[in-house]
Amino acid sequence: MFSLGLISLLVRRNLIFVLMSLEVMLNAAGLAFVVAGSRWHQADGQVVFMFILAMAAAEVAVGLALVLQIYRRFKSLDVDELSEMRG
Amino acid sequence: MISLLWLIPVLPFASALVLMLFGPRFSPRMTAVVGVGSIGLSALITIFVAVSFVSAPPADSSYTQVLWTWINVAGFEPQIGLYLDALSLVMLLVVTFVAFLIHIYSAEFMIADEGYSRFFAYMNLFVASMITLLLGNNLLLLLLGWESVGLCSYLLIGFWYRDPANGLAARKAFIVTRVGDSAMMLGLFLLFTQLGTLRIQDVMQRAAEHWHSGSTYAVVAALLLLGGAVGKSAQLPLQVWLPDAMAGPTPTSALLHAATMVTAGVYLIARTHVLFSLAPAAQFAVAFVGAATLLLAGFSALTQHDIKRVLAYSTVSQIGYMFLALGVGAWQAAMFHFVTHAFFKALLFLGAGVIINALDDEHSIFRMGGLRKEMPVAFWTFLIAGCSLAGLPFITAGFFSKDLIIWEAWSAEQGHPGFWLAGMIGALLTSLYIFRVIFRVFFGPLSTPVTKRPGYRMTVPLLILAFLSIVGGYLKEPLLRFLDLALPQTIEAHASVLTEIRSETIAGAVFLIGVYFAYVFDLQRRSLVDVLVANPTGRLLHEWWFADWGCDWLYDKAFVRPFIWATQINKSDFVDSFYTGIARLAELSYRGLSSTETGRVRWYAAAMAAGSVLFLALVIFL
Amino acid sequence: MELTFYVAAAVAVLATSLMLTRLNVVHALLDLIVSLLGVAVVFYVLGAPFVAALEAIVYAGAIMVLFLFVVMMLNLGRHSAEEERKWLTPGIWAGPVLLAGILLIDVVYLSRGSTAGLGGGAVGPKEVAIALFGPYLIGVELSSMLLLAGLVGAYHVGFRKPEKPEIQHDTYSLERRADTSGDLVLAGTDQPARTP
Repeated sequence: MFSLGLISLLVRRNLIFVLMSLEVMLNAAGLAFVVAGSRWHQADGQVVFMFILAMAAAEVAVGLALVLQIYRRFKSLDVDELSEMRG
Repeated sequence: MISLLWLIPVLPFASALVLMLFGPRFSPRMTAVVGVGSIGLSALITIFVAVSFVSAPPADSSYTQVLWTWINVAGFEPQIGLYLDALSLVMLLVVTFVAFLIHIYSAEFMIADEGYSRFFAYMNLFVASMITLLLGNNLLLLLLGWESVGLCSYLLIGFWYRDPANGLAARKAFIVTRVGDSAMMLGLFLLFTQLGTLRIQDVMQRAAEHWHSGSTYAVVAALLLLGGAVGKSAQLPLQVWLPDAMAGPTPTSALLHAATMVTAGVYLIARTHVLFSLAPAAQFAVAFVGAATLLLAGFSALTQHDIKRVLAYSTVSQIGYMFLALGVGAWQAAMFHFVTHAFFKALLFLGAGVIINALDDEHSIFRMGGLRKEMPVAFWTFLIAGCSLAGLPFITAGFFSKDLIIWEAWSAEQGHPGFWLAGMIGALLTSLYIFRVIFRVFFGPLSTPVTKRPGYRMTVPLLILAFLSIVGGYLKEPLLRFLDLALPQTIEAHASVLTEIRSETIAGAVFLIGVYFAYVFDLQRRSLVDVLVANPTGRLLHEWWFADWGCDWLYDKAFVRPFIWATQINKSDFVDSFYTGIARLAELSYRGLSSTETGRVRWYAAAMAAGSVLFLALVIFL
Repeated sequence: MELTFYVAAAVAVLATSLMLTRLNVVHALLDLIVSLLGVAVVFYVLGAPFVAALEAIVYAGAIMVLFLFVVMMLNLGRHSAEEERKWLTPGIWAGPVLLAGILLIDVVYLSRGSTAGLGGGAVGPKEVAIALFGPYLIGVELSSMLLLAGLVGAYHVGFRKPEKPEIQHDTYSLERRADTSGDLVLAGTDQPARTP
């Protein structure tokens, strides 16, 4: 799943898709943690997953707010457009 | 007293330094005092040293004073050492004394020039370098002096540097002498690698021990040294720079290019006479060069119209006489001629300077005339010098020295009748060209009016030198015997057909013939000259001799043009491309690296992902 | 038990792959929600009921819904679908697939040899809570601060000033900005420098 998320991150140009693939990657990482916790019958895996979840929530909130600003500023959500650097 | 020897070169060096550093701040009077005074002191000390040397001769009739060791590496130990023997003492006396007189003269001659202190700085540096050359006890120190006088010559020829023609003449002098210097340096390398030392006396000793007469090493070394001497003394084939060197101020021409620097070659050969004695082929080459040059320069002097150029070719010719003497083994005769030549040639140049100055910078003899009445001092001194140059029998010094050479050219062991004949023809030419100048400049109607008259500072040296040009001849016997202390005696071989008296009589007759023809062509019926030149052969000869027998044209075609062509081809220097290549490489890597900064998020994300994946794979699988 | 695991896992992977290739944003979001729910089932099967519930409620319920809100607000529509079609050329998949493939091989290689099966006891909510309030207390506090920061940040960044047109400060257009003549205090503001 992580690989899938990585592929999607690199391929898509729409900013929303990029954020969505970030979520996929985070989710995959959390899945790995929970599996590990279950393997050794400890609560730590789930605890870490909860932290990841909280972080993902915060990140999504800020990220989407940024998306709003970008849309207002550049009138497009193409990631390649968002470059003011010259060469 | 003799231990004050080291002061003789040091005083002019110090004054040159002082003038270079503080000269612009000195008043003209102060500059003259420093510049002339240092040479005066040097001359005075030389006289004291000479008195000391003659009255209490040191052991082996030579005195060495080592100041310090210059270099000390792997057994190569040249010193800053001064070596005084009869040869260097005679030359030292002449050099310092004549330089002193010329410095007094230039104190007035150059007074109006804005580079006054610069002039004296260069002249003092020159005198110091020349003394170093004369007194050096090893060939490396001699080379140092040699190169320094070349440098001073360059600086002084191009003294009025604002005119590019002067700079060109200076460069020409430097480059042509450089050719000779390279040959000389090769000679020094050969001597050092074969004999293991550069100290002159040791070189002479070891050469006599290890090399038999006529051995290849000796011949090659001697020929290479001859190459250097030919360059510095402006002999064939490197004589082309001296006529152009007349672009410098007249006192420079008098000191460097008449009396002292150009005789450095003569000194070199006299100093290393043992080497030349071991190489008869080289010695013959010396004589041949001398004979050829004296004829060639004599013919060229006959056609010139710039008074200084006539004197320049005359210098070349007279040094040819000295080389001829050295070549036939008449060492003392060559040095005697050097002494007398220094006197009358310096006088000729100083007189020419007086005339040029008086006529407001007029150089052409065809525009001068009738100065006999206007400038009597200049006339009489110039006449005395000219007679000395041409060899007026018995009264003048030049007669004694030049005829000694011509006689030895016949009678010495390596002498040859051909050389005697060349010397005689040369004497005829000398008489012709100098009296041509005298009759043109001092007789006839007044052509250019006289605007300035020389002061006492310019006339007193003229008078002193004129006196010496007459009296110097009576120095012959004492001088020759004195020089026997340092130089081998000339061996006389074929004295049968011609005796010395008969040779001198012929020389006197030649002198009178020359005066007569000069009188006819240049005073009585001047139109005859035009008749000569109108004749097609005459015109051809005239132009050919005027252009120095085509040597300038030849060197231009043979060396200068190919060199310029080669430099044009290599204009975009292929060695440079290595360095531009480095710059190009830096630029390429800059381009490459800056292209990774695209500002596109996906590009950065891809780069990060690729990097981390690769790294992870490396860690896991390796 | 194992069958449920495999089915749920397959659903999750399939839904994710579908999400990758959708042209319409909303469709992709819906696929993502399905995927997340599949992962929640996987969690339950693994014996972590607490996080299973948490995944379903917070991740699928809150975060995805937030996405949907923003997408609706931006009103991307058909125009964006056209763009997506243009952008998703077949050739563009090559590099990323390669990279991800290598990564996949890495993970499979690393995880071989571990033979523990599923099962064992479930780790219930009680143990998780004890862990949170015990050793991981500081983590809880930190994440609460993170959420606060996220909240404030999102509010501020997304704030739209009403009516007044925004002053566009282009970094490259100097003429629109008043010259502060090197006055570091006023640099960047629109006030001209006070003459000293």
